[in-house]
Amino acid sequence: MSTYLGMPTAPKGVGHLRGSEPFPAAARRALADTQLRHNLAMATATIRAKRAAVVAEVPDWEELRAAGQAAKAGAMRHLDRYLEQLETQVQARGGTVHWATDAVAANRIVTDLVAATGSREAVKVKSMVTDEIGLNEALAAAGITAHETDLAELIIQLGHDRPSHILVPAIHRNRAEIREIFLREMAAVDPALTDDPAALAEAARLYLRRRFLAARVGISGANFAIAETGTLCVVESEGNGRMCLTLPDTLITVMGIEKVLPSWQDLAVFLQLLPRSSTGERMNPYTSMWTGVTPGDGPRQFHLVLLDNGRTAALADETGRQALHCIRCSACLNVCPVYERVGGHAYGSVYPGPIGAVLSPQLTGVEENASLPYASSLCGACYDVCPVKIDIPSVLVHLRARHVDEARKERRLPHAEAIAMAAASWVMAEPRRYSAAQRAGRLGRPLGRRGRIGQLPPLLSAWAQARDSPVPPSQTFRQWWRDEHRKPS
Amino acid sequence: MRIALFVTCLADTLYPSVGRATVRLLERLGHQVEFPQGQTCCGQMHINTGYQKEALPLVRRYVETFEDCEVIVAPSGSCVGSVRHQHPMVARACGDEKLAQRAEAAGRRTFELSQLLVDVLGVDDVGAYYPHRVTYHPTCHSLRMLRVGDRPLQLLRRVEGLDLVELPDADVCCGFGGTFALKNSETSTAMLADKMRRVLDTRAEVCSASDSSCLMHIGGGLSRLRTGVKTVHLAEILAATRAAA
Repeated sequence: MSTYLGMPTAPKGVGHLRGSEPFPAAARRALADTQLRHNLAMATATIRAKRAAVVAEVPDWEELRAAGQAAKAGAMRHLDRYLEQLETQVQARGGTVHWATDAVAANRIVTDLVAATGSREAVKVKSMVTDEIGLNEALAAAGITAHETDLAELIIQLGHDRPSHILVPAIHRNRAEIREIFLREMAAVDPALTDDPAALAEAARLYLRRRFLAARVGISGANFAIAETGTLCVVESEGNGRMCLTLPDTLITVMGIEKVLPSWQDLAVFLQLLPRSSTGERMNPYTSMWTGVTPGDGPRQFHLVLLDNGRTAALADETGRQALHCIRCSACLNVCPVYERVGGHAYGSVYPGPIGAVLSPQLTGVEENASLPYASSLCGACYDVCPVKIDIPSVLVHLRARHVDEARKERRLPHAEAIAMAAASWVMAEPRRYSAAQRAGRLGRPLGRRGRIGQLPPLLSAWAQARDSPVPPSQTFRQWWRDEHRKPS
Repeated sequence: MRIALFVTCLADTLYPSVGRATVRLLERLGHQVEFPQGQTCCGQMHINTGYQKEALPLVRRYVETFEDCEVIVAPSGSCVGSVRHQHPMVARACGDEKLAQRAEAAGRRTFELSQLLVDVLGVDDVGAYYPHRVTYHPTCHSLRMLRVGDRPLQLLRRVEGLDLVELPDADVCCGFGGTFALKNSETSTAMLADKMRRVLDTRAEVCSASDSSCLMHIGGGLSRLRTGVKTVHLAEILAATRAAA
């Protein structure tokens, strides 16, 4: 078994990659939230159907997936080279590149850049990575207000809430709840606001338009960066992102180092894969691309912050590194039967669902998110829909093994489980011991009532809370076989 | 054809009728079934819980027991999935490349029951008689690891007397997931509740599948709620005949 020493992981105490409690405890609370269960079931079913329909239209979808997988694997293999090429190209076109080893460094860089403009406010494009590092909190601590401008992110920010989905961060809210948040938090809102979606969108538009016109600093993430020309790309639906990318004097983009692509040809593949996988559209409404700064057009200053925050550590894991191929489409969330029932908050990280369960533990170190690789029934639905063919079930199983190995080294394995696993291995490695154990198992027969067992001893008791168990039969299969095939003497 | 049966530890210990049905069915179709006595468990529970070191002896045992067999069948999609996809991975993770290659060879000759019947033996009508209303849960690993597709349904459609009702959202997991059902018992239960709702909506008497583990889960819930709906393994339905009825 390999070890993964030496590479720094995402630091504690900053950002949103770790929950305050293990997954099963957080899931228990979510499962009891009727509104959440209803909203999620409706929303994920709708988006699943949309995705399935537009993916079925593409005759070469499987070839596109393979091309996406190959492009990402190639970019990761020579990541050092492409990042330096990106830096050179961005600087050559008037931008400035900053390297941030972790969330603390990135937050400091961005805070200093905003402070240097003299502005106390910034408008933000929807971005996963700035939430990963807790940028809004860091800016607030320096007296700078960051305004989220994506509609769903605005709902989250005004509701003092946390996002629960990569693409649809307010998926756990319905329109009645959104109306209440707007009435409570938007100072100038019409008190007669209804929960009609068009009315809610109009209220947000009026609220945001004032922010856009006043903003001197814009902050974004990036979906892709193209090394050969130093071009950044943001893919969105609302156009609010484009406002942030074009109106302010200063634009600061924070980007995980894994987002770089070698060439425009690679981008062509992903612009076909991403919209169909994420919103279930043939093409998204707004794709913004910019290269350095252009006099008389758009921001006069452009800063690109390249963030590691545990990504190099993930890259060091041969099996786990494919999680870095993720293009944040969230198709895996929408098909996941676990996600559909517990929602995003239960994962404790800004990256929820199946991809979060393989990405977050690698960024933080497996032991800091040890319950996440187990937050899956390994049904494999995520792997089937992933546009870049990340084998999420295999990575989950691999991370479980990393957890057991690391915990074993520090003698922190749950005692009863480790003993049971070791005992089962010892018994099953040898047919004679196995037969003896089967005979012992028949001691459970008296527990049976009318062909079923209703209660089980510790370790198995959680099973019996909702499920009966079969009564061990009087004869195992192998006993029957021996009786059947006994040579007449 | 000589066919080696890997009965699986679960069927051997708790559901021997599934193993007996598999033997009866294959013998009725004119094949010779062997039961290599050295077999125990595929080790999937260990692997999926993170205990790969503990799984290694079980991988080696499977390979040593079955590598000389021409064709191996197991009445379980997820155990065959583990044999085919996980055994080589575990051997490699433990640094045993030679074992990994032997595991790959054994895995290529190991088939889930419906795959064996349709792809290897080329039958879809096995001459069964089962006069009941049945719905079928296709199980995740059969669908997405082994890609058995609608082979089980092809077989069920040819069973005399059987009224096959389509299960809505059939491809959604039942929530078992091995130790997932213990470690995340409540999420597992929520998934089970939705699966049971779909099963009950079909008004079927019997919910079938080709995996005793998923059936233990679904059946455990259906029994706890006293729904009166039974779970029956695909092998038992295919083994049933008019003569035996």
